[in-house]
Amino acid sequence: MLGLGADRLRADMNRLLALLFHQGVLDEQFLQLQQLQDETSPNFVSEVVNIYFHESEKLLRNLRGLLMDREFSDYKKMGIHLNQFMGSSSSIGAKRVRNVCVAFRAASEQNNRAGCLRALELVEHEYCYLKNKLHELFQLEQQRVLAAGVRYPIQN
Amino acid sequence: MEISGVLSRRNMPDEIGGFDLSPGHSEEEAHVLAVDDSLVDRKVIERLLKISSCKVTAVDSGRRALQFLGLDEEKNSAALDGLKVDLIITDYCMPGMTGYELLKKIKESSTFRETPVVIMSSENILTRIDRCLEEGAEDFIVKPVKLSDVKRLKDYMTREDRDGNEGRGINKRKLGEACDVSPSFSSSPPSISSSSSSWSAPSSPTSLDSPTRRLKTSTCD
Repeated sequence: MLGLGADRLRADMNRLLALLFHQGVLDEQFLQLQQLQDETSPNFVSEVVNIYFHESEKLLRNLRGLLMDREFSDYKKMGIHLNQFMGSSSSIGAKRVRNVCVAFRAASEQNNRAGCLRALELVEHEYCYLKNKLHELFQLEQQRVLAAGVRYPIQN
Repeated sequence: MEISGVLSRRNMPDEIGGFDLSPGHSEEEAHVLAVDDSLVDRKVIERLLKISSCKVTAVDSGRRALQFLGLDEEKNSAALDGLKVDLIITDYCMPGMTGYELLKKIKESSTFRETPVVIMSSENILTRIDRCLEEGAEDFIVKPVKLSDVKRLKDYMTREDRDGNEGRGINKRKLGEACDVSPSFSSSPPSISSSSSSWSAPSSPTSLDSPTRRLKTSTCD
């Protein structure tokens, strides 16, 4: 039995992707990234997404750090971090993360610290969900690649 | 949990003094200088351009872009001798020098004022777009940048010494052959269509080619 594991894994991946699209977690920009992946750049999507995770966590830490400071007043600086985070979220198709950032930005523009804190919690929550789901997706992909490489039946 | 093959070294171009140089420059391909402070966006635009058969040099600031072009007063140009730049694509909102300021500097220079400059921005602000176009920008792209945007850019890159078969001729033939409903994918090069490593996407409910337009205020001007 060759490749059955790979087929099932591919089906699992597609189901997960469909769910994420249906939930509005991802949008067509993620599809665009997939379009850019091929033999010459077989890990493109996970590479970009991992850069996104690394950068986002820095930005989110900065945002939380700013807001937790009781003396906080530098909304402009916060706005810059926020714009960076929104930009990269949009670039990888992280639609829901980007959308909750919009509310955050609105609170920031009104110098509403409490509103910003609430919005930040929402953003962190959405970001966590996205990260978990994408990790799941990449894991499935790794397993699928391994399974597709099997050339002979494995004896149990 | 370890994710292997994440930052595959062979896929990442080398960093030389802050410049990302794509290896294997050939004489036939157009050379694009991409400027963006976001690493994520740099990776994406680089890939979009490479898949569209362009050589890419990606830098992270207007200052570095000017250095590369040899327009920075303080540092010498790092551009290789004879390496032409056919298009400059830059983000608008960047710390230090904005894309608009970079555009102005390029248009002020004698060497590069004829080079087409395209601005990218996540904000669809009419006054910003107008200002850039007035200053001589060739085009203004609302992020996120897509393959269809980059395909359009190729029209701005004219190389008189390029063999006719390399340029638009081939794209037009592919458009004719594909007869696709979705224009953004019909002219994609063959390397995309296969492959064991790409995921098959579920059917998307929305049109893949319609960008969402949003009018927003921005902290960057």
